[in-house]
Amino acid sequence: MPQEYRQILKYADAPGYTPDVECYLRHGGYQILKKTLEIEPKALPDGKSMSPAEQVRDQVKLSGLRGRGGAGFSCGLKWSFVDRRSGKPIYLICNADESEPGTFKDKQIIHKDPHQLVEGMIISCFANDVHLAYIYIRGEFAEGARILNRALQEAREKNFLGKNILGKGYDLEIHVHRGAGAYICGEETGLIESLEGKRAYPRIKPPYFPAVLGLYMCPTIVNNVETLCAVKHVVDLGPSEYAKIGTPNNTGTRIVSLSGLVKRPGYYEVEVGKVTIRELIYDPIFGGGLRDGRQLKAVIPGGSSSKILKAGERFKLKRKGPDGKDVEQELDMLDLPYDFDSLIAAGSMSGSGAIIVLDDSTDIVAALSNLSEFYAHESCGQCTPCREGSLWMSKALHRMANGQGRKGDADYLLKIADNIPGGRTVCAFGEACSWPVQSCVTKFKDEFVARGTQDEERRAAGSK
Amino acid sequence: MNPQTISTPQAADAGTASAIPIPNPLCEQPDFSVPAEMVAVLDELITHYPRKRSASLMLLHAVEERYGYVSRQAVEWIAARLELAPINVYELVTFYPMFHRQPTGRFHLRICRTLSCALRDSYKIHDHFCRKLGLDPHGHGAQTSKDGMFTVEFVECLASCGTAPVIQCNDTFHEEVTLEKADKILEGCK
Ligand SMILES: Cc1cc2nc3c(=O)[nH]c(=O)nc-3n(C[C@H](O)[C@H](O)[C@H](O)COP(=O)(O)O)c2cc1C
Ligand code: SF4
Ligand code: FES
Repeated sequence: MPQEYRQILKYADAPGYTPDVECYLRHGGYQILKKTLEIEPKALPDGKSMSPAEQVRDQVKLSGLRGRGGAGFSCGLKWSFVDRRSGKPIYLICNADESEPGTFKDKQIIHKDPHQLVEGMIISCFANDVHLAYIYIRGEFAEGARILNRALQEAREKNFLGKNILGKGYDLEIHVHRGAGAYICGEETGLIESLEGKRAYPRIKPPYFPAVLGLYMCPTIVNNVETLCAVKHVVDLGPSEYAKIGTPNNTGTRIVSLSGLVKRPGYYEVEVGKVTIRELIYDPIFGGGLRDGRQLKAVIPGGSSSKILKAGERFKLKRKGPDGKDVEQELDMLDLPYDFDSLIAAGSMSGSGAIIVLDDSTDIVAALSNLSEFYAHESCGQCTPCREGSLWMSKALHRMANGQGRKGDADYLLKIADNIPGGRTVCAFGEACSWPVQSCVTKFKDEFVARGTQDEERRAAGSK
Repeated sequence: MNPQTISTPQAADAGTASAIPIPNPLCEQPDFSVPAEMVAVLDELITHYPRKRSASLMLLHAVEERYGYVSRQAVEWIAARLELAPINVYELVTFYPMFHRQPTGRFHLRICRTLSCALRDSYKIHDHFCRKLGLDPHGHGAQTSKDGMFTVEFVECLASCGTAPVIQCNDTFHEEVTLEKADKILEGCK
């Protein structure tokens, strides 16, 4: 039986649970922070000692926690890249931009349990010797920003923040910074530019890896809201207990945002890899299936930027058999476990954990046109392939969706989409805008070609 | 060479924060002024950052929220407050969709245009609002009703896709919006 596993959202929807600090404290809040600040330096066999901060970093690494923002990169590894010898301050930024279409999980945490994020951030800052941190929240979340500001103020009053936190000699300040409606602020280097008060033009890497040359050219950590909350649970449970949740290399829980044409859209926290896409869409405790009389057409599995999966597609996956050996298994798209590695193996990604479901009533050309318009609008405009390509694709798709298709449009779209990603652009938006087009047009090529052909024939016959 | 000496500002603009003229699209707001209590709040915000420039988005939000748009005078005021050239603030107004160069209505209706909402008829909601308020359903960008009360604007995913279609009226989210609900929202805007 598939089920929810509520860890981060344990209390969020509990009756009577409120976002104020007193309620959080009644539910064991800030206990993990206390525990963290009480860690003693550990003597190592070689005579050296491991600082409390290093120990927390070690725990996060051992837990296998992977980033929940999009790329699924190991959190511990990311933290290990931070340049700690430069003598410059180290900054931490919580990425609360939540702008990947389909995603609405961070909002639940911010609105319903803001102190959990604050506690997770303080622990993460302590682990990385950070004394000044920011929450970069998307501009439209004005209410979310107010809730966070209130939570931070309460935390200051209780001395969980500020100077000499809980008398343990650690200083930290956290501020809320609001974005202003631009998707590209979710990309970490664009976010940093934006936090510096500039246009959110992503920076080229190398050399501007945030871990070395981030905010104000200082070492910087950027983590998603959900990742920072998970850090709290890693420290709470210890890395080996945490790693028992989920599946190997895909540990912990994930909040899945389910939207589109299912009966019960919503957010569902599950153990990573323990439920399949089929269960998420059809099980009565999750999506509850499609609307009556509808068939599945396709699934966008990890936010709008992920490659679309077509109903009936099959994938060969290597999985560990009962004897521990790798066995190759062929799976229907719906039977893919919802985790990081399986979706990568299927040529897509679980990205921000957002599943968008399309049924057979969906006009795939119009759906792709909708997404392409998003990317054309949101390209920051620095790189020619992305700026022009996203606009050309959007224009062609808009034309197609409005009855002015051409036979060659499918190939035309693929040609553009194939020429944007792969190191031709400053940031991964290049991939993000072309993947939906590449996957949709390739997998639904018949429909795109038929549409263009019909339109051409109709025009040739003299009608509009 | 000191770059400041390359070009000498003309006398015409002396007295404003900077002599570099701002390109046209910004509106004039001759009576622009920032009340003392707001200045105090903004000055406190500036202290959140090691570098003043970082506060520019927060100051722009404050101005947009108070006046409904960002005028030339506002840009110059913010630039002076943050010790920047006005172009450094102007380029933000033209980059970030939440800032407007034309006055917006007292009630700002943002309708999500992106896929999950579009699948659940957000275009119909947009169309409905536009027709009711005498605006062009196919118009681009923010449109404001003649009486200056309402601005209708299609925006991209508002991170509430599970309760599509969603709209935002000023800061308040409205979810699973139907045409009836849309009418109620309009009636509630007084
Ligand atoms: C175009 C683009 C948009 C992104 N948007 C977001 C976002 O809205 N929220 C987010 O947390 N990460 C987003 N990311 C990923 C961030 O760049 C970054 O990898 C992430 O915040 C790191 O946090 P994590 O390691 O905790 O996942 C985006 C990346 C790209 C390329
Ligand atoms: S890839 Fe696109 S979004 Fe990214 S920096 Fe280049 S133009 Fe901007
Ligand atoms: S698509 Fe409308 S809120 Fe996400």
